[in-house]
Amino acid sequence: MEPVSSAELEALRLSLEVATRSVAFSLPLAVLVAWILTRARFPGRTLFDAFVHLPLVLPPVAVGYVLLLLLGAQAPLGRWLQAGFGVHLPFTTAGAALATAVMTFPLMVRAVRLSLENVDRGLEAAACTLGAGPLDRFLTITLPLMLPGILAGAVTAFAAGLGEFGAVITFAANIPGVTRTLPLALYTAMQSPDGDPLALRLAILSFVLGLAGLLLAELLVRRVRRLLGR
Amino acid sequence: MLRVSLLKRRPEFTLTASFAAPTPGVIALFGRSGSGKTTLIEMIAGLLPPDEGQVQLGGTVLTDTRARIAVAPERRRIGYVFQDSRLFPHLTAAGNLRYGLKRARSVPHAIRFEEVVDLLGLASLLHRRPHQLSGGERQRVALGRALLSQPQLLLLDEPLAALDVARREEVLPYLERLRDWLSIPMVYVSHQFEEVLRLATYLVLLEEGRVLAAGPVGEISLRSELRSILAPDLVGSVIEGLVTGVDAAGGTADLAIGSGKLQVSLRDVPVGARVRVQLLARDIILATQPIEGLSVRNALLGTVTEVTPEMQASVLIKVDVGGPIVLARITEGARAALRLAPGDAVWALVKAVSTRGHAFRLFGAPARRA
Repeated sequence: MEPVSSAELEALRLSLEVATRSVAFSLPLAVLVAWILTRARFPGRTLFDAFVHLPLVLPPVAVGYVLLLLLGAQAPLGRWLQAGFGVHLPFTTAGAALATAVMTFPLMVRAVRLSLENVDRGLEAAACTLGAGPLDRFLTITLPLMLPGILAGAVTAFAAGLGEFGAVITFAANIPGVTRTLPLALYTAMQSPDGDPLALRLAILSFVLGLAGLLLAELLVRRVRRLLGR
Repeated sequence: MLRVSLLKRRPEFTLTASFAAPTPGVIALFGRSGSGKTTLIEMIAGLLPPDEGQVQLGGTVLTDTRARIAVAPERRRIGYVFQDSRLFPHLTAAGNLRYGLKRARSVPHAIRFEEVVDLLGLASLLHRRPHQLSGGERQRVALGRALLSQPQLLLLDEPLAALDVARREEVLPYLERLRDWLSIPMVYVSHQFEEVLRLATYLVLLEEGRVLAAGPVGEISLRSELRSILAPDLVGSVIEGLVTGVDAAGGTADLAIGSGKLQVSLRDVPVGARVRVQLLARDIILATQPIEGLSVRNALLGTVTEVTPEMQASVLIKVDVGGPIVLARITEGARAALRLAPGDAVWALVKAVSTRGHAFRLFGAPARRA
């Protein structure tokens, strides 16, 4: 086998970048959505809940296609972003990150929501009697106690984001150096007649990355739990 | 003055409670579990909105449903010690203690950090996390945390209920010190009469969401409403007196009560201290003539004021012993033999030793602040 090629490194770097950006983008939103789903009572909550979880059950290609319909150069929203902010998402790294964020969003919301449900509301009441207002309580009590879940959600979403394929290739295409992440590079290698060794190495790399991500998540959660005294 | 008049409808029961208690002092809410004690103080704290009613502390209206006043709980400056301590698990004991202190910026810090650490014996616990503390230690930290938020009222919701008997003894003396050293009014929720006896100055009896009676502890101890809550063996009048003499070798102290004198078993109290004793009705012997040659240390001459038949062929007799009232339980047969009726003169015989365990210092320490 030849040494690690620049194409491989490029795909690895891109995967890491796309996953990082997608997590950074979706984490605050996931905390907000988890909070709404756990604490707020409003008509249509069940529908909203289902909508958030939709990417879990939809074909990823369909998600990418919907994004293209919404944010494409011809779509009103896409044109508005382009004209107002100079943001062009389809066929860019940022677009790949967005598609990844949408796909991994339910995973993250689930983990964050679970941790929020486990926060003892009695502790928030105690903070209240000690003079802490709503935002103060959230930042100093609720959020720190949710930390294990937030970390677990972030790392899981990151690890899953490294391997997002369908939505990325549909919305951001397969452009070397721009949107050709690990799974896309793997797919491309499989399509070429002499790409088998490369495909194998990329598959092994994905496997190692995924495993490392999951182990890291577990380790972090344990660490934080111990810090929280549980 | 703490004025409370609240209505809350719950599926299980309706709470309608009104009382006005003097402050400072320890107001005990006493009743069986399920009588609405916790619901009541949650409404005082502002954690639970009442359906109707008012809460007024001193001159401040905290809740008034008609005037649409509902001060947010975080602005009430009411400390709350929960049954399950509710320490923040991600903070050390010191971090917990400082949580309320940091948020009491707008008020002068009358209670300082070092003072609370001293008063509650927390110095060795400061760096520990809640899960490294025992139940008693956790409650002491929770108490300190509430105190440091500079409250104008402290609510204690059965703070000892989750502790075993030994651990209770670890926390009770600290509560007594708080009462004696700080002038913060407290509302103490309990279903243990012994805690009420040791701590309370004012007693509110709750039963099925209603106030049965309210008043100073001594007064309520004579009321029949208390007997519907208390086990019969715990019925007895609560008397307060000043220590006039101490017999250290004999382990007894003389109390001046009303116009009379009472010898009780009591150690480690100085002359001049105020002491509260409960004279259990079942321990009192009545005599129609002075008796000699008995080991009983106290014979209080008094007048029968009331005879109340009880179940199981016993009667409860109220005797005015020159100011204080003593309750005595005797059998109906004994009453008939002595022909006791209101107006009769009797001697109430009290064994000094039978007062043991019910003699408590009350406001024994000098008030730290005027």
